[in-house]
Amino acid sequence: MISFERVSKRYPNGREALTDLSFAIHDGEMVFLTGRSGAGKSSVLKLIALLERPTRGQVLVNGDNTAKLPLRRVPLFRRGLGVVFQDHRLLMDRPVFDNVALPLIVADTSFREIDKRVRAALDQVGLLGKERVAPLELSVGEQQRVGIARAIVSKPPLLVADEPTGNLDATLAAEVMGLFRRFNEVGVTVVVATHDLHLVRESGLREIVLDDGRIDSGQPPPMPPMQALR
Amino acid sequence: MSGSLSNWVARHGHALVSTTGHLGRHGFATVLTVAVMGLALALPLALNVLVRNVRDATGDFSEAVGLSVFFKPEVAEEKARQLAKSAGERTGVASATLITASEALAEFRAQSGFGAALDALPANPLPNVLTIRPAPDATSPSQLEALRSYLLAWPEVDSVQLDRDWVLRFSAILELLRRVVLITAVLLGAGVIAVVGNTIRLEILNRSAEIEVTKLVGGTNAFVRRPFLYAGVLYGILAGSIAWSLVALARASLAPAALRLASAYGSQFTLEGPSLTELGILLLAGMALGWLGAWIAAARQLARIEPRTA
Repeated sequence: MISFERVSKRYPNGREALTDLSFAIHDGEMVFLTGRSGAGKSSVLKLIALLERPTRGQVLVNGDNTAKLPLRRVPLFRRGLGVVFQDHRLLMDRPVFDNVALPLIVADTSFREIDKRVRAALDQVGLLGKERVAPLELSVGEQQRVGIARAIVSKPPLLVADEPTGNLDATLAAEVMGLFRRFNEVGVTVVVATHDLHLVRESGLREIVLDDGRIDSGQPPPMPPMQALR
Repeated sequence: MSGSLSNWVARHGHALVSTTGHLGRHGFATVLTVAVMGLALALPLALNVLVRNVRDATGDFSEAVGLSVFFKPEVAEEKARQLAKSAGERTGVASATLITASEALAEFRAQSGFGAALDALPANPLPNVLTIRPAPDATSPSQLEALRSYLLAWPEVDSVQLDRDWVLRFSAILELLRRVVLITAVLLGAGVIAVVGNTIRLEILNRSAEIEVTKLVGGTNAFVRRPFLYAGVLYGILAGSIAWSLVALARASLAPAALRLASAYGSQFTLEGPSLTELGILLLAGMALGWLGAWIAAARQLARIEPRTA
């Protein structure tokens, strides 16, 4: 599903965020990316979502080599994954329904289908009935769940979340994490960047620890053989 | 196939409706933008209408070409009549009208108000004059020149005046004005592109969060660009209509004065307004310029949020 092969990422300001990074995430797996702030978690997610391209090395996602994907195919690539942001990035001047529907609208889905799928997604995050509400009238936890509904509404095989519980208290955080577990149980590959180590340990799921742009060797993650990915 | 077509219609309908709603919600900004564009388009249109009216007012130039033949003072009226007749029979001459010395004097006395001064003169100082209109197919410079030297060779003729210079000058001025219209149109057209481009650029900056999210969830550049292109085209249509209405309004307010002026010259001339063809051209030009401005602005802004390698 996702494979990083000797990936380095250097930003225009000269800072090297990732250095010679290799790891793989299987189909249907749920993995946590942890590490201090600035360790490279966000850079890894940006490379997966093709917000950035690697400076060196290869990033393979859903079978696409992101370094070589032409610009015109980037939109289609992005439809193959859902992204959840810490600041949820909702459009505050649009009701919940329009926010969740956006990935379907850009993909030319028919109106009837949009209506059906948006309701299904809102039902999954427990917000059915809030379609016409403006995001500002919702609590922080509810806003984050709208963001999650938007990420899963087009049923992508891969879900990527950047600090999804960063702004939430422990109860809400556990609730959101429970949502991700449920998506994972129905076959969605999930990658969550977080520094909520308590939730990670509790889950017992695989953890990729980053330190200064490299895998932290103190906790060697089990590397699957490359052939298994293809 | 019908499914994808109805999706296409729905997609564009959605963009059009949301754009129209957006322009409506930001009424004041829309009015300002459209007013600037409308004024920019109105100026070349007004100049074009002006040129057209001046051309109409001054009539067909081929008719205005003529020769005035001045006989020597000693030539008698009877002799002048004979010569007028023979000149009128010459090929290439449409008409030859004699204005006798006494007719000319009477007309001058009636119009100039110098009657008493004229009475003090011992004799009529005016000569007999023949005005010649060339046939429509004989108005080229060389033909007119040949006619002039033919008439000048008559012993009774003092001088021949070709009434062509002012016509040439006048049509040169009109031609110059037409160029001015063209240059103005090009410059102000570029201005319209700049106005639309800047408006759309600000609009894109205002909505950059929305655009970024749209691209993140897999929206194509075409999808992101579409509402802005519609906005540009709508701006153009509104601006074109405003420009046309402004010029039509200007004509309506000038028409009575023009009518008084024309009747003072005994002319049937009425001031013409902008035509429907011009409205069509204006709307098309407005749409094209608006679209182009929007496209340039959108292309520039969209290129900034593509994934980078470096």
